[in-house]
Amino acid sequence: MEIFVQQIVNGLVLGSIYALVALGYTMVYGILGLINFAHGDITMIGALVALTVAQVMAAAGLPVPLILAAAGAAAILVCAVIGLTVERVAYRPLRRAPRLAPLITAIGVSILLQYSAALVWGKQYIAMPELWVPHKLTLAGAQFTALQLVIFALACLIMAGLILFIRYSRMGRAMRATEQNAEVAGLMGVNTHHVIAFTFVLGSAIGAVAGLMVVLYYGIGHYFMGFMLGLKAFTAAVLGGIGNVGGAVLGGLLLGVIESLASGYIGDLTGGVFGSNYRDVFAFLVLVLVLIFRPSGLLGRHSGDRA
Amino acid sequence: MTGRVPVPWRWLLLAAAVLLVLPFAVEMLFGRAWLRIVDVALLFVMLSLGLNIVVGFAGLLDLGYIAFFAVGAYCYALLASPHFGIHASFLLLLPAGALIAGVFGVLLGAPTLRLRGDYLAIVTLGFGEIIRIFLNNLNRPFNLTNGPQGITLIDPLSVSGFSLAKTHTVAGLSFSGLHNYYYVFLVFVLLTVLISRRLEYSRIGRAWFAIRDDELAAAAMGINTRNLKLTAFAMGATFGGVAGGLFASFQGFVSPESFQLIDSIMVLCMVVLGGMGNVWGVVLGAVLLTTLPEALRYIGPLQQRFLGEVLIDPSDLRMLLFGAALVLMMLFRPNGLWPPAQRRYPATEAGHG
Repeated sequence: MEIFVQQIVNGLVLGSIYALVALGYTMVYGILGLINFAHGDITMIGALVALTVAQVMAAAGLPVPLILAAAGAAAILVCAVIGLTVERVAYRPLRRAPRLAPLITAIGVSILLQYSAALVWGKQYIAMPELWVPHKLTLAGAQFTALQLVIFALACLIMAGLILFIRYSRMGRAMRATEQNAEVAGLMGVNTHHVIAFTFVLGSAIGAVAGLMVVLYYGIGHYFMGFMLGLKAFTAAVLGGIGNVGGAVLGGLLLGVIESLASGYIGDLTGGVFGSNYRDVFAFLVLVLVLIFRPSGLLGRHSGDRA
Repeated sequence: MTGRVPVPWRWLLLAAAVLLVLPFAVEMLFGRAWLRIVDVALLFVMLSLGLNIVVGFAGLLDLGYIAFFAVGAYCYALLASPHFGIHASFLLLLPAGALIAGVFGVLLGAPTLRLRGDYLAIVTLGFGEIIRIFLNNLNRPFNLTNGPQGITLIDPLSVSGFSLAKTHTVAGLSFSGLHNYYYVFLVFVLLTVLISRRLEYSRIGRAWFAIRDDELAAAAMGINTRNLKLTAFAMGATFGGVAGGLFASFQGFVSPESFQLIDSIMVLCMVVLGGMGNVWGVVLGAVLLTTLPEALRYIGPLQQRFLGEVLIDPSDLRMLLFGAALVLMMLFRPNGLWPPAQRRYPATEAGHG
């Protein structure tokens, strides 16, 4: 039982990170109908930028809150710029191209980002400096660190903020209008190019925060880390119903818990035949099952074409 | 039909002569290493022609294509190596590999058929990764794949004691293993090209193009889109499986390392850069993308010589160029270097000019 609660707690923390990355996929998909393959790699860049800033500042002996703020800000800035550039250069010219074309540029951008990162940071794993001594808390039999709590709380805060923003702000309304029908929104005076660019910036910035969380949580960064993270976040978005912001949150948390429980119990359940080295398989399994049985996701609308 | 002008005999003879002499010319001019590259290039031509059926003909974006290659390769490796002590003949194993890969193709295709192309891309990508994870870990509970170490000492192709890996001297010419495999691969490539071309002009091929261009309209015209898409998957996978078996016998060694996502993307690049849907374009793409990166290897020593140190790792540079090429191709030449002829079929005999 204790293990169960513990795995749920771990899963929720991991899931909140997935959810943040999934938001980037789902927002772009909602508006453009495009899977932004490069989103995971944008998150990776955010993570590595944050890591570098933290390394430099920690070496200079600056206070921890300042380090975190600076690392986060730097990551957000760099990712926002990259997101904007990628949209402008690689996706916008292809807005009316056949469906396969933007997907292939997205793969190209993803490779470009990965290997640019490999050039800048090298291919080895980079360690995050230890900023503080982990502080263990206990609640209802589950142990967790203050960091886990902060990650979860911050992620919830961002997600709630985003949902409110989309519902109530002027830009949020423009985003929803563009999502429903870009052409008509344009006729109504919405500058859809701006809205789309803004969506990319917003998604990338949130991805940057997720990247910072990943390096804080796992303590290491790597030029290829965006691949798996992106794939899982995408799975989370599909699970929740792609294009649906609330769905991405739900899907992310759910996927985190599923993965955590599955890799925690698979060894016992199969008598040690399969171990936690199969952990990455679960996300794909979930993806395939969702696509077979409920292609529109948990909260998605039913529509033949979207699905 | 336009686009099917009969090629004059003398050109065909010339091409045949060039292809026959090629391995000796390459070995003489560039050395053994390049002969090996030519062999590998032929394998990749097969692979990309297989993927071309899925992506180019039927318009289904498959990002896990290398998995079928892996299935074929492991099928051959397991049943023709000391690993299990089984040494079956390739006459049995190549068709078996093709069949198993084809079944995998259908299994993978079935759940994704109702979905839009981009979902398909992700699912196939996931499938490719799953296969690799299993290959990597199935050395427990019993040792099926030998895990990350892979399987070694795989039998070469041989017919009643005549092994392709050995050097044979015929009429004063010495045919090494690399030469022998070249001719075998060449036969397979020619077969693949032939099948691709015949498919292209067949009823199935035309139905694939219709699905690719507008699935709804195709379905309305009475095309059974589900079965045809599955056929495309199965066909493409079959080619991959055969190529995999050949690869295993040629290399003598397989490991999960050879079947990563990046290899799927490489094959996709070949198809896209060459010209999706055009068999000759795809052949060109595959040849270019296997030989050019090899040439990039010289960039490392060049940097050493002129800059004093290796600033950019050549393999990283290669990947950067791939990424850039994918983006630029889609932006400026979305149909590839050698796109398929636009008006393949005289749509209306009377109309149009």
